[in-house]
Amino acid sequence: MLDDATRERIQTEVNGSDVFLFMKGTPVFPQCGFSAAVVQVLTHLGIKFSTLNVLEDPAVRDGIKSFSDWPTIPQLYVKGEFVGGCDIIREMYETGELTDLLEQKGVTAAVNA
Amino acid sequence: MSVAHTIKHKLKAALSPTHLEVIDESHLHAGHVGARPEGETHFRVVIVSPDFEGLSRIDNQRKVHRLLSEELAGPVHALSVRASAS
Repeated sequence: MLDDATRERIQTEVNGSDVFLFMKGTPVFPQCGFSAAVVQVLTHLGIKFSTLNVLEDPAVRDGIKSFSDWPTIPQLYVKGEFVGGCDIIREMYETGELTDLLEQKGVTAAVNA
Repeated sequence: MSVAHTIKHKLKAALSPTHLEVIDESHLHAGHVGARPEGETHFRVVIVSPDFEGLSRIDNQRKVHRLLSEELAGPVHALSVRASAS
């Protein structure tokens, strides 16, 4: 179920940052191995990203599934576009496609990463 | 039928895979949120099927999610998918 208020809130979040991750827990204390894996990839690439902890937001936890047409968390958005969950991010990282995508979208690693 | 068997059965019937592995990884998540004492909550699927030809990674995985939507809404807490055409 996705009500208008939640949809708007999710849209605002994904538009508000170049790289946005819906996850369980926080980057410092991820509460799920799959979320942790995506944080690790992004951190390794030195990419600045924002997150929302779905465990603290039941409306988003449920609504994001319809919003992205994707049943699981984590979910990564780059420049407002859904890129994938943990498996896809891992695969794209391994093949170098993730770096290519970030470059194409004009997202570069932070200088001090 | 066990959850693993149901997953295998549904994917086989719908996608005629040339390669299919359904691995129960529940033991790796024992005691973790979403785990049940009887297991069968965390699965990893590796599937190769000509049906994935020309589709994006997201759409490949969506195909698998749709076929297993009942399981994902029920006993399956986590599903890891590696889907490819070859």
